[in-house]
Amino acid sequence: MAITATLHGGSPIAHGAHRYENNAATREQPWVRRLILTLALAFFVLFLLMPLVVVFHQALAKGWGAALAAVTDPDALAAVRLTLLAAGIAVPLNLVFGVAAAWSIARFEFRGKQILSTLIDLPFSVSPVIAGLIYVLMFGAQGWFGHWFIEHDIKIVFAVPGIVLATMFVTFPFVARELIPLMQAQGRDDEEAATVLGASGLQTFWRVTLPNIKWGLLYGTILCNARAMGEFGAVSVVSGHIRGQTNTMPLHVEILYNEYNFAAAFAVASLLAMLALVTLALKSWVEWQANRPVAQQEII
Amino acid sequence: MSAAVSFFNPTGQTRVLPGFGLSLGYTLVYLSLVVLIPLSAVFIQTTSLTWAEFWAIVSAPRVVATYKLSFGAALAAAAINVVFGLMLAWSLVRYSFPGKKLVDALIDLPFALPTAVAGISLSALWASNGWLGGLLVPFGIKVAFTPLGVLVALIFIGVPFVVRTVQPVLEDLETELEEAAASLGAHRRQTFTRVLLPVLTPALLTGFALAFARGVGEYGSVIFIAGNIPMVSEITPLIIIITKLEQYDESGATAVAVVMLLFSFLMLLTINLLQAWSAKRTGRNR
Repeated sequence: MAITATLHGGSPIAHGAHRYENNAATREQPWVRRLILTLALAFFVLFLLMPLVVVFHQALAKGWGAALAAVTDPDALAAVRLTLLAAGIAVPLNLVFGVAAAWSIARFEFRGKQILSTLIDLPFSVSPVIAGLIYVLMFGAQGWFGHWFIEHDIKIVFAVPGIVLATMFVTFPFVARELIPLMQAQGRDDEEAATVLGASGLQTFWRVTLPNIKWGLLYGTILCNARAMGEFGAVSVVSGHIRGQTNTMPLHVEILYNEYNFAAAFAVASLLAMLALVTLALKSWVEWQANRPVAQQEII
Repeated sequence: MSAAVSFFNPTGQTRVLPGFGLSLGYTLVYLSLVVLIPLSAVFIQTTSLTWAEFWAIVSAPRVVATYKLSFGAALAAAAINVVFGLMLAWSLVRYSFPGKKLVDALIDLPFALPTAVAGISLSALWASNGWLGGLLVPFGIKVAFTPLGVLVALIFIGVPFVVRTVQPVLEDLETELEEAAASLGAHRRQTFTRVLLPVLTPALLTGFALAFARGVGEYGSVIFIAGNIPMVSEITPLIIIITKLEQYDESGATAVAVVMLLFSFLMLLTINLLQAWSAKRTGRNR
């Protein structure tokens, strides 16, 4: 299920629109063109651009000093640390999984491949609230493994491990979803040639596969990381909402907002918005890098 | 030399590449631990309820009101996104205008911006003292803290789903189709409705289904702007949290979760079928 942007699905506008605009059969009358552009861009400004601008505008409503104080508050810094920790665990684990899943699905034929592929996408179609709920059911006080963990004095739910688990669940498919179609499209000829020529499995992977999939891998990792750092619903269910301890950045934003401390809430939110902008910039850069050699090949 | 035909090797071909057992084994174990076993907990937990109890929970008036809002707003938002998403994708592919690269990059903002940030920002924007909400006050229209607010949040969340499914199909369209239509005397509007729209329909429906499925389960961007008034502006994911989980009524929470999960599986199936149809119609592999 192509529920996220994929590197080779939405390609950047490489050819330009001139070939349509200079062709009488593919262009609209000027007033139609103007109408469509106006409506489309008005929609873009109202629903995408303005929500982004408001974040920064509200963050600075009480001036730079207040914004800076809000993001350097010890509780805010603790939230930043926890967010980095959760993403730092979830993203590498899902990256390794993504590579393993793509290697098995794109390189071998086996029964049940289609089902496996669909199951990997499952977390994308589950509401984030349910993603949190399932870990409460498993590790909560009344959960399956609840007693065992309580006896051993280990806290999973309403503590940091629960946050990490919920983050792992919601970001589970990102890397696999990117790599599987990419590696399927590339075929296994390169790797088979390397193996037949005597390369070991690891050599084949490092020297043949990895260079071929590096942009897709990076792309999936960037999207995975953005979701890991920004997840709210799932983490909200499993977090104890204890300031300075079990609050990630999005949860800290919620707490500040619910205390009517709007300027501080938006100041922390603006950090996350900057993360989103960096994500989008990196994503565009990777698309440009990945598509460049292909475009040159087409010209030759 | 040929390997034996087995359950995991139906074609019986010799595998040249190493690592099949390791990678598949790791994939299955990790998938089971992180996704499958936790998800099955929802279904197993509901077996502690009788059918009558289950039905009483999922058909309680306050819960039914949330279905109406969640499904209704998600449907309306997806429909609005189909119309404007097509116009955006069309503009990005077919027209040149200043700032196009920026617009193209920012289409994915809802994927990248944390939902809580989107939530507080949308409610600031559409509140009656906000930039956009303020403009609607003279007309007596309130958006934030009403069901309209839910709609606005779901429109925001759904934009990239439609644009990013339609855009590649539009890019791959050969201009010959339209040239043939024009040379046979079709007006531009006829070409659009009779030639282009049929080709774009599977992609538009896929985008619609993706946006709809996401909208029904969406939580973070909605709760800040919805106001969360019982029977009026409460969404289904919220009722799992508020009325069930916070009252430690885990069976109640899981019963509603099962309804949402079954819907998700249905949508997953629908979307897979739509994508297969789309691939067949446009000749794309993906």
